[in-house]
Amino acid sequence: MAELRMREALRDAMAEEMRRDESVFVMGEDVGVFRGAFKVTDGLLDEFGERRVRDTPISENTIVGAGVGAAMNGLRPIVELMTVNFSLLALDQIINHAAAIPYMFNGQAKVPMVIRMPGGGGHQLGPTHSHSFEALYLQVPGLLVACPSTPGDAKGLLKSAIRDDNPVVFIEHESLYGVKGEVDDGEELVPFGEARVRREGSDVTIVGILKMANVAMEAAETLAREHGVEAEVIDPRTLRPLDLDTILASVAKTNHAVIVEEGWPHGGVGANLSALITEQAFDDLDAPPQRVTGADVHMPYSKRLEQAAIPHQEHIVSAALATLEGAMA
Amino acid sequence: MPGLPDAATCYELLARMALIRRFEEEAGRQYQRAKAGGFLHLAIGEEATIVGTTSVMREEDFLIGTYRTHGHAIARGTDPNKVMAELFGRVDGTSGGRGGSMHIFDAERRFMGGYGIVGGNLPIAAGLALASQYKGEDAVTVCMFGDGASNAGNFGETMNLAALWALPVLFLVENNLYGMGTSIERHSAQTDLSKKAEGYGVPGTRIDGMDVIAVREAVAEGLRAAREEDRPTLIEVVTYRYRGHSAADPEVYREREEVEEWREKDPIESFGRRCVEAGVLGEREVGQAREAAEGTVRAAVEFADASPEPALDTMYESLYALTDYPGGWYAVDERSPEPHRGEQEADMPARARELAEAGAAYAEVEEEGERPNPALEGDAQDHTASRTGPDPADRGEEPARARETDAGEERED
Repeated sequence: MAELRMREALRDAMAEEMRRDESVFVMGEDVGVFRGAFKVTDGLLDEFGERRVRDTPISENTIVGAGVGAAMNGLRPIVELMTVNFSLLALDQIINHAAAIPYMFNGQAKVPMVIRMPGGGGHQLGPTHSHSFEALYLQVPGLLVACPSTPGDAKGLLKSAIRDDNPVVFIEHESLYGVKGEVDDGEELVPFGEARVRREGSDVTIVGILKMANVAMEAAETLAREHGVEAEVIDPRTLRPLDLDTILASVAKTNHAVIVEEGWPHGGVGANLSALITEQAFDDLDAPPQRVTGADVHMPYSKRLEQAAIPHQEHIVSAALATLEGAMA
Repeated sequence: MPGLPDAATCYELLARMALIRRFEEEAGRQYQRAKAGGFLHLAIGEEATIVGTTSVMREEDFLIGTYRTHGHAIARGTDPNKVMAELFGRVDGTSGGRGGSMHIFDAERRFMGGYGIVGGNLPIAAGLALASQYKGEDAVTVCMFGDGASNAGNFGETMNLAALWALPVLFLVENNLYGMGTSIERHSAQTDLSKKAEGYGVPGTRIDGMDVIAVREAVAEGLRAAREEDRPTLIEVVTYRYRGHSAADPEVYREREEVEEWREKDPIESFGRRCVEAGVLGEREVGQAREAAEGTVRAAVEFADASPEPALDTMYESLYALTDYPGGWYAVDERSPEPHRGEQEADMPARARELAEAGAAYAEVEEEGERPNPALEGDAQDHTASRTGPDPADRGEEPARARETDAGEERED
């Protein structure tokens, strides 16, 4: 075990897989000489050279499309898009091509590629650089979607993603790149479709993704300390496939659910999970599930407005108490 | 004018073009009969472009195209039976009925797909070529697209990337003078498409796409530059489709006389004549090459007709490449036989099947030959009378039902 920052854990995952498998390579804007806009690919160019660490022009749709073609022809590309926002320029290749090709050609072609992209707010990057599009990608059949909250999970999930034969949208959170955590040295793969129970509790289930899993942990401590409420915190780690069983088992125990995400409320991850929990475990619920989401606005630049638009532990505590009160009413 | 190759090659070129022509005519007829659904884009008139290209490709080379690629697959050696079955949406189709006319694919013959999104295949071509180069293989990727795609952002992005990375790819723009119903003068500031990639470092040439030998020689040189020098080039092949953009095209944007003028340059007629005049083939062989297509295409229709509809429980197959993991739910959909859990689990598979059957039953509601066209609901127009090109009725067949035209078409090359 070693204590690493998330960006180092992600880099190690790529480097290890590139050493292990010649067909794995990295391409993206400024991933080589510049070492990555967020320094995630630091050192890869030195070790692997320009053949396997390729700086690309600013051509998102074509970078992803070239990844699709390379994947169809036997390689395992890791495409880094500089941010989640820029992935919108590549939606045609991600949805109409990467996700559709295995199905529309009836399994004759595979698209084993990883599309990495950081998102999320908190750095005053304003309306075009702070999106959370987990819900958008979650909706697309044919894609797998990963969204790690700890360095250890980030490494294990990325290694799994690289080895997987499906196209994976791998969403990272900009604010988590510098966060440290325990990371396995060896070949620890984190399987897709396996949630992690980050804290056990009997009173309320809080499901959080990306940075919001960490904020949910803070909220859980506050709930215990100040309100005598024991929250169970679950990080699904992947949204497609989704480990609903673990979430439902927790709800069966706590009878209350709160879902936390940074994205927009309408049609969001929380909306989806809330529907699933309600459909599948209605009888287990003592109160309606509560959603905590980012504000329904384009991320404002002003630090005060931005912070007000992002969920904090106070929002989660409040939602947890609301669902518990709802049960008593 | 370049010289003719040997007799066997000439015969093969002629037979292959004739097969594609006959296949496309029949596909149009089957569409009229509503055996084939969706959109149908025929390449009648463009046969020399297709066959000239594939005739000089190696087996190991990749070909990737647009949504007008029945002929491209057949030229690569795909069984016409399987292409027709795909048009019919049957299990023996090239994509098992999942893709339809716009999404023909044959991995074995390295035909890497028809693509329904204009310009969507360009970046993928760059990726195929990148992987061949990365692996140290000799394969060249040939990327064919229409004049309309040269206006898509992918065109510039891909040309730049291909030149920047010196990829073994050959771009071939099938300029049939119209992007759907918009003529090239009205859709492209630069109408000499061979010049359109020069600024990106991809030089171009312009070729007569009605001359199979001219196409063949230009493509051979493009393949050589890509294979031996990692030098991508662009070939503009000027060609013409006699039929509309799709089978549901009223063709209000061009005059019948223009179509007739192009028919004078018909690639099959002209090549047959040339072979006879040069003494390479006899009249009888030319006739034979064309007649052989008749039986092949009839057999393809019979094959497609006999092929079963896809089973409903295959709905979710090939959506994912399944491995030991991931576990969990890939899909949440009441029509899936698999994902339901909890108290419903015991009942769901049976119920899911019932619902799938109920949904599938709607496929039978519309009588054959009378399918309403959603694009024209409530619209009394019927442009079929103005359609150019041979009407099946002219060939002494039963009158085609008036399958209405499709005003709300998608965009095209």
